[in-house]
Amino acid sequence: MQDAIKPRDANDVAEAVTSAAAKEKRLELIGRGSKREIGRATQTDATLDLSAISGITLYEPEELVLSARAATPISEIEKALEASKQELAFEPMDYGPLLNKASGSGTIGGAIAAGLSGPRRIKAGAARDFMLGIAAVSGRGEIFKAGGRVVKNVTGYDLPRLLAGSWGTLAAMTDITLKVLPRAEDCATVLVFGLTDIRANEAMSAAMGSSCEVSAAAHLPQWPADNISELKSPGKAVTALRLEGISQSVVYRKMKLEELLRPFGELGALDAAASRGFWKNIRDVTPFANRTERPVWKISTTPTLAPVIAAGINTATGAHYYYDWAGGLLWLEMPEDKPQEGAVRTALAGRGHATLIRASAAARASADVFEPLDPVRAAISQRLKESFDPKGVLNPGRIYAES
Amino acid sequence: MVAMPAPDRSVLERREKIVAALREIVPGEGVIANDVAMRPYESDGLTAYRQLPMVVVLPETTAQVSRILRYCYENGVKVVPRGAGTSLSGGALPLADGVLLGLGKFNKVLDIDYANRAVVAQPGVTNLGISNAVEGKSFYYAPDPSSQIACTIGGNVAENSGGVHCLKYGLTTNNVLGVEMVLMTGEVVRFGGKHLDAEGYDFLSLIIGSEGLLGVVTEVTVRILKKPETARALLVGFPTSEAAGDCVAKIIGAGIIPGGMEMMDKPAIHASEAFVKAGYPLDVEALLIVELDGPEAEVDHLIERVSGIANDCGSATLRISNNEEERLKFWAGRKAAFPAVGRISPDYYCMDGTIPRAKLPLVLSKMRELSAKYGLLVANVFHAGDGNLHPLILYDANKEGELQRAEDFGNDILRLCVEVGGVLTGEHGVGVEKRDLMPVMFNKTDLDQQLRVKCAFDDKGLLNPGKVFPELHRCAEMGRMHVHTGKTAFPDLPRF
Repeated sequence: MQDAIKPRDANDVAEAVTSAAAKEKRLELIGRGSKREIGRATQTDATLDLSAISGITLYEPEELVLSARAATPISEIEKALEASKQELAFEPMDYGPLLNKASGSGTIGGAIAAGLSGPRRIKAGAARDFMLGIAAVSGRGEIFKAGGRVVKNVTGYDLPRLLAGSWGTLAAMTDITLKVLPRAEDCATVLVFGLTDIRANEAMSAAMGSSCEVSAAAHLPQWPADNISELKSPGKAVTALRLEGISQSVVYRKMKLEELLRPFGELGALDAAASRGFWKNIRDVTPFANRTERPVWKISTTPTLAPVIAAGINTATGAHYYYDWAGGLLWLEMPEDKPQEGAVRTALAGRGHATLIRASAAARASADVFEPLDPVRAAISQRLKESFDPKGVLNPGRIYAES
Repeated sequence: MVAMPAPDRSVLERREKIVAALREIVPGEGVIANDVAMRPYESDGLTAYRQLPMVVVLPETTAQVSRILRYCYENGVKVVPRGAGTSLSGGALPLADGVLLGLGKFNKVLDIDYANRAVVAQPGVTNLGISNAVEGKSFYYAPDPSSQIACTIGGNVAENSGGVHCLKYGLTTNNVLGVEMVLMTGEVVRFGGKHLDAEGYDFLSLIIGSEGLLGVVTEVTVRILKKPETARALLVGFPTSEAAGDCVAKIIGAGIIPGGMEMMDKPAIHASEAFVKAGYPLDVEALLIVELDGPEAEVDHLIERVSGIANDCGSATLRISNNEEERLKFWAGRKAAFPAVGRISPDYYCMDGTIPRAKLPLVLSKMRELSAKYGLLVANVFHAGDGNLHPLILYDANKEGELQRAEDFGNDILRLCVEVGGVLTGEHGVGVEKRDLMPVMFNKTDLDQQLRVKCAFDDKGLLNPGKVFPELHRCAEMGRMHVHTGKTAFPDLPRF
């Protein structure tokens, strides 16, 4: 066990970071540790346990704004929002099932730092898109704020959004202000059975390019489809498209979408309750849950390129996979314990980015967990890191070896 | 007036050499060095500030931009990037000792990709130009700032522009997928593309809204959306601004996110009605336009619900558009509000604060007090959905001291916005105009962190200096870290 420092508030965090910087010590930042096994395996001198920096500090439903301390559990925030029929529209995924850990144990700070989103990413955006303001402690041990509590704000650089997806390597957030949105009253899912990857890609593209306002689009080859309970072992590939909104609108758009998709193949549907369960499974990658010995990759790419990339990796490795984000997101599970990084990066060929989400510490130490950068981007990433954390105190090496 | 940094005499002395070097890079008419021809570039939309640049250069390729910036970097020459020059905050105000880099020749749409719902455009393409390019297939680009006929997508990236639909469809930052950018060193770099989310740090977040201080954008990839099936609007008059504000809160509280929701106060209503005769009621204190878009079944249902809420909030007048012509007429007055105010006053000064919506009645009443104090009238248009307030201060520049009074009045309004929990600028940018007000919102530590980010991109401080940040420091000074190893304030914390 290494030393753990448990600050009570932002001043404590600043104190701990200042002290670490003075002594050239490195800190691992954790909220409740739910995503600790993601990222490069790093060497640190102590753990900065932020779990006490917790609690909702402001929630004004009619202003669509919520502020919370960074380690507030997502579940607590979702419960508060639910009481006013609102939600985090970016639908943050829960890594619990994939990492074989407890579900629902993440914090809002962790969700932001990991840049989480879910199937609604294609319509509503990711965590970054809902960031309004932050207070944080830089690697210099200084408390700073940026942004505000209003949606429209161009006063200074957009540091709140920058910190989304920065994996705690730039600053330790202590306070987060988010835009929240009303939850849809109703939802439904249209299914198309038996499509090839390429044909499914065309169907999803047609649906997204229609005025049906599709809020999620996924395609599952037979193997993952047979592993999602709401689909009841279809024995063939399933393409799924979600519609959300007021009931009258969902009914009407479902009719329009079915009309559009009928030429592609046999149709089916999930009602509201089944839809909610199904998309949670897609969001949390439950077809690949628990088998922690098998590496899982997440690839973000141009939707129409995805079938070729998936086929390339599948041919080389035998990986199972499925598509979310209308094809733009590929989840892949390797059949054995090796990440097969070469095969993944060769097939992707720089046309997007691949992240090794699940792998043993040894594998994460030997592979590039995040997409390697070209020299110009690598240099500016390094300078950005130094602008916040010149001594490399905060989560050093979590994203890149040199930062 | 905000003071710009003093010109560097050693640069001005080298002017001929610099012009010659630029002509080597951009041949023909792409370099403008005589005062008469440079005159159109001396200011942007913030016309109270004027300054001739040292030289204007209008490159056509990314390679030329790269060579220009590299030359300027190596020779210590400042650069001010410019799109269409529609900035209302002086973001493109030239420097006497700086190169004005105009991107007007980057005016091509490079790729329209319907299958992936993306358009790749050069930065000089106008905002509306993107929507026009995809209109044939009923697609559009969602952010729609009022200046969309003229303003460019490159300028939108610099300012993180919004528009009347951004509550539902987001700002520029929510609709840009990628950029190609040239750093001050001349290095060309790409962030994002047609895929979602950043690889590594989310540089797009930093670049969008950075007001031309981090790099020169030479290509932009945006996402496009299918047009909604239909749109209808309500025009609702209220006896008080409190009632109108209450109605806005209740609509959102009911879980309805309108495509657009705009408010005007009495002076703005009267000015607009006199100008475009949109049929606005004149005996109300506040007018609300609520637009709902989507499938017909949804829009019709929501129109009913919003009507009910408006009635409950004590609306004095309520009209619902029954066709496109009526809907556009509702909007005509709002869209013409700025020129309408321009008709009733020799000059007006357009402000741009954002406030928490619930504070609107308080801010309007305090603004009336300020109006009396400064002896200047003010008309208000308000993006009610997102809290972005545009007070238009009426003044006459030909009257001794009125411009100064208008500026002081404006500064007081922005201080008020920050006081009630809002911000200095919602969509027009800090630029020169609000530069010296930055300390109202940010302390020195906050601003120093932002300046350090600037240093990561532009270590010599050559890109658009004098904008956004009230004080300039050398990057080497900024990077120094003073470590306090003395007594600690929290003795009960575990130590190493």
